[in-house]
Amino acid sequence: MTDLLLSQIKPGGESPFGTDEYVVNMGPQHPATHGVLRLVVKLDGETVKETMPVLGYLHRSIEKICENRTYPQCITYTDRVDYVSAMSVNLAFALATERLMGLEAPPRAQWLRMIFVELQRLASHLLWMGAFAGDIGALTPFLYGLRERERILDLFEMTCGQRLTYNYIRIGGVMIDILPEFVPKCRAFLDYFDPKIPEYEELLTYNPIFLERTKGVGVITPEVGINCGVCGPSLRGSGVSCDVRKQHPYLFYDQVKFNECLENDGDCWARYKVRMNEMRESVSIIRQCLDRLEPGPIETKLPPILKAPPASEIYFRIESSRGEMGIYLVGDGTPKPYKAKFRCASFSNTFVLDQLTRGWKVADIMAVLGSLDMIVPEVDR
Amino acid sequence: MGVGLKGLSKPEIELMESESKVPGLWTLEKAVGFIFRWARKNSLWPLQFGTACCAIEMMATAAGRYDIARFGAEVFRPSPRQADLIIAAGTITEKMGYALKRLYEQMPKPSWVIAMGSCTIAGGPYYYDSYTVVKGIDSFVPVDVYVPGCPPRPESLLHGLMAIQKKIEDEPIFRRRRNT
Repeated sequence: MTDLLLSQIKPGGESPFGTDEYVVNMGPQHPATHGVLRLVVKLDGETVKETMPVLGYLHRSIEKICENRTYPQCITYTDRVDYVSAMSVNLAFALATERLMGLEAPPRAQWLRMIFVELQRLASHLLWMGAFAGDIGALTPFLYGLRERERILDLFEMTCGQRLTYNYIRIGGVMIDILPEFVPKCRAFLDYFDPKIPEYEELLTYNPIFLERTKGVGVITPEVGINCGVCGPSLRGSGVSCDVRKQHPYLFYDQVKFNECLENDGDCWARYKVRMNEMRESVSIIRQCLDRLEPGPIETKLPPILKAPPASEIYFRIESSRGEMGIYLVGDGTPKPYKAKFRCASFSNTFVLDQLTRGWKVADIMAVLGSLDMIVPEVDR
Repeated sequence: MGVGLKGLSKPEIELMESESKVPGLWTLEKAVGFIFRWARKNSLWPLQFGTACCAIEMMATAAGRYDIARFGAEVFRPSPRQADLIIAAGTITEKMGYALKRLYEQMPKPSWVIAMGSCTIAGGPYYYDSYTVVKGIDSFVPVDVYVPGCPPRPESLLHGLMAIQKKIEDEPIFRRRRNT
């Protein structure tokens, strides 16, 4: 029987076997999906015809929980929305609540927040670099990236005692003042870190294998990017100016000098390049913040019970490490939010995946997925 | 590290010596068991299974500073068929629970499970008011070692790994586990 069938195959001719789409299930336990994202991929041979993300494997109902917690208690849960960049979400929630209640943190707290959020951006991009390079087969940058990340975590640990979920940025200020030795240690770290960025670039940027895997792969055109709601470094790789820090400055971002990093190609390599340049900008921002840090109070006097005004709502957004992080809060005159909605960058970035991978090979899904820098709990919340 | 009497406790050595006629000579069963345990505990292959925050700490444990390779457990396998240790790192929701159970059943026995972090131990911060999070994975997967923390530090995970190694030393080589 087998011989008969095999004898019918003529070289260059049509196969006697029926051809059909091949559906591959990637995840939820898959080494390269950054957590528990599940992708259902329709294949024609090795060419991708359709990619469907299936969500919900890490839906922890954080938004619902926040409705049953007071505003300060919610900050603990914001850590876990985006654990790689926990400070950013802390900051977004704290700022949104402050706007809702008409509070403002003192200047020292604002500068401290900026320092920590930018340090967090460095840590997040370093981890991203390691994971992205690991996805496409280069394992060394992972060790390089985490080496420097541990030093940043040392600074965090010295200040607030946690390595990952800090709960440091609070409503009306920060949790605790920095130690006297923080500033010299932070400066020493920045001096140490500055020459490390060229080292990473030497490893990856013009590496021929890396270029083959990323150059021209998964191009987001500005139209597609804007229509799909892509934001953050992923959209800046397409040359669209979308940095919230520049366009709607919060904290003291209007008082420091930094450039918005833009690339024009829109492919994986451009997104990589944007993030590498952002690390340089972050270092410069932290240096300026440390220069302008002055002694003073670190938190405002808060009422004993924080209550939002009745029938009040606010949408506040910041630039997190992954893009636009928005918090929508509805207050109803009680100490608990009536509704808390997290607008996360990863969620909108995930759904451009289908358009980017169509017509590419299976292995390119990993490169595109990695370059979008998505974190699954941010998608599922 | 050579094979010697190092891995055994003193009463165990005395027991062995009393059992064999010649002092210092092992019975075949003891010798085979010793080699099995030594090999097992120093080559634990964890499954690459990280769901949430703890996965980042697991990655940090695998990286340079904490270096899980010192304990022979750096070979994170993507397939459960090649692994014998699940480090359940991160929140397990009900939707993910089925996948975890299936992954555990796909692993060749003997296999071990570390419940890393408060979420996998008892639901953690999602114990109240969450309608999706499983309140402790030990309701459907047998857990050997619990590593508390939210998330636990890499040192804690290494301590948990050493606890697994200690457990392997203490248990019979033909281990029967209850079917869950």
